[in-house]
Amino acid sequence: MKLIEIKNLIKTYETGDTSFNALNDVSLSVDTGEFVAIMGASGSGKSTCMNILGCLDKPTSGSYFLDGIDVSKMSMNELSTIRNRKLGFVFQGFNLIPRTSALENVEMPMIYKGVPPEERIKRAKAALKIVGLEYRENHLPNQMSGGQQQRVAIARAIVNDAPIILADEPTGNLDTKTSIEVMEFFVKLNDTGKTIILVTHEPDIAQYCKRIVRFKDGNIISDEINTNRTEVKSA
Amino acid sequence: MIDFESTLKISLRSLKVNKMRSILTSLGIIIGVSAVIIMLSIGEGAKQRINKDIASMGSNLLMVMSGSTTSSGVRMGSGTQPTLTIKDSEAMLKHCPSVLEVAPTVSQVQQLVYSNQNWSTTVNGITPGYMPIRMWEVETGRGISEDDLKNNTKVALLGTTVTENLFGDMDPINKTVRIGGMPFKIIGILKSKGQNGMGQDQDDTVLIPITTAQKKLFGTDFPGMVKHISVQAKDENSLESAQEEITELLRERHNLGKTKEDDFTIRNFTQMLETAKQASNTMAILLGSIASVSLLVGGIGIMNIMLVSVTERTKEIGIRMAIGATAMDIRIQFLFEALLLSLAGGFLGVIVGVLGSKIVGLFSEMTVIISPIPVLISFGFAGIVGILFGYYPAYKASLLNPIEALRYE
Ligand SMILES: Nc1ncnc2c1ncn2[C@@H]1O[C@H](COP(=O)(O)OP(=O)(O)O)[C@@H](O)[C@H]1O
Ligand SMILES: [Mg+2]
Repeated sequence: MKLIEIKNLIKTYETGDTSFNALNDVSLSVDTGEFVAIMGASGSGKSTCMNILGCLDKPTSGSYFLDGIDVSKMSMNELSTIRNRKLGFVFQGFNLIPRTSALENVEMPMIYKGVPPEERIKRAKAALKIVGLEYRENHLPNQMSGGQQQRVAIARAIVNDAPIILADEPTGNLDTKTSIEVMEFFVKLNDTGKTIILVTHEPDIAQYCKRIVRFKDGNIISDEINTNRTEVKSA
Repeated sequence: MIDFESTLKISLRSLKVNKMRSILTSLGIIIGVSAVIIMLSIGEGAKQRINKDIASMGSNLLMVMSGSTTSSGVRMGSGTQPTLTIKDSEAMLKHCPSVLEVAPTVSQVQQLVYSNQNWSTTVNGITPGYMPIRMWEVETGRGISEDDLKNNTKVALLGTTVTENLFGDMDPINKTVRIGGMPFKIIGILKSKGQNGMGQDQDDTVLIPITTAQKKLFGTDFPGMVKHISVQAKDENSLESAQEEITELLRERHNLGKTKEDDFTIRNFTQMLETAKQASNTMAILLGSIASVSLLVGGIGIMNIMLVSVTERTKEIGIRMAIGATAMDIRIQFLFEALLLSLAGGFLGVIVGVLGSKIVGLFSEMTVIISPIPVLISFGFAGIVGILFGYYPAYKASLLNPIEALRYE
């Protein structure tokens, strides 16, 4: 059984009296432990696809099986729970909650899961340690650099033990040096067994992934194993 | 689902970010709640004062006083010209079916002397009927009897204020006090009634038999005249008919014909208390309207600020939804913030209301009684307002689409 399996996915946006297919019959399956880069020009449908994969949006037609469960017919409330348990998000703009410390940001998914406070704090601290920010737990988002904020976001994505991490241009707002640091974390997480799907338009970033899928005008035009993968030295 | 502690923490944080805004938003609730408390305190105070006045003055009481309100076009105070007699009071009891009991009274300010102490006060000449009508009770000793009246005995009952001033801690019973230079034996002490509604000390009084007062003590140009007659009607409903019957009887007895004005005045104390009650009711209605308008305005203020807050925090809502908050989680969050805002306003309102009630009590003639139930009720009102007016913004927040919310800048 595939971890993620989408078939004949169509997403149509209605704007005024014109309708537009942002996704045009997209099928894709991802196994546990894969590290997939999604590439393509701006407007090619990458984010639209990620939003559906992330259960933030529903397709116009087509099916989506996540871990064997058909999620394309679920209600928004059921999808909230799926997002909480199975998915971790990393966004281009970090999307930490303002005026809230790093530790509390990382605790947040567990609050909605109903994890008791002591365990929440323990696990949040552990997650911050994984991304090397255990000394920044009381910092507010506006007291941290972009790279640090993105690492907090990664800690938040993994804290609920979600098997899948979805990252839409996670290095889009970062300089080259911090981008590399962040990508090294993703590689490490993938090494621990997490399945990662990552959108980028930078070939250098895609080179960290094991598989590269290319989008064009709402279609997948290529899907291949990355034979030229960038090596990450294990620490 | 989100737990209470986390909800509280998140709410407090967001309210703290906009401290000034939160306080201003609560202002309507603060004013509303404090107005409710002051209103209910005044209402309770008035009720208790009126009950106390009735208890100390006598119920279903009419006062018939000598003297007309006007005389030959010149306005005279009632009681200035003695026109009532003991015979009048006897006739009332006999001929007016609505009258239960009468108590004619003469009174004069006299000086009392005991050993080297002296005290000036009003001395009332009374009949035995006076004490039950006016709710006087004997603390120690005995009251004035029919025999005292028949024999014009020189006996006196003292109010506690008089006793304290003349005798201090001594027991005055059977001691002789000089009233207007004449020796009187003290036969009893009156049970204390304290101040009346007008703030007068009711215990500063002396009671003696009416016959003694008329014939021996008060040198008067009008023998047999009384200053006023206390009349007790059968019940509350017969007060007005008693007043009519007495008027008719006295006009006839005083030969006033059809044209002359009354040479007496009748006061209805229950009516006066009723007027006082109405005044305090009017005050309560006024405050009540201020309270309800303020609470309404406060509620709209909360709704407004919560709508602003939802818009400002659209992105935050999107983030929360993305990481697993359900629509219910978001709704609870914003509803709780609205509730917190209104309860904070309610709490400040309770403080302002209690202080305000105390100030009203200090600087006006109104009696103000702060009891815990109104305080709880008004605090509860604040909470209800918060939930009612906070629901719509919270509902709106929970309906946000996560993708659109995340894209919001
Ligand atoms: N909510 C929307 N309403 C209408 N059109 C949209 C909406 N979201 C995305 N699109 C359109 O769908 C296409 C794909 O968008 P997107 O998936 O964001 O592209 P990418 O992430 O690859 O840059 C674009 O042409 C975009 O304009
Ligand atoms: Mg995009």
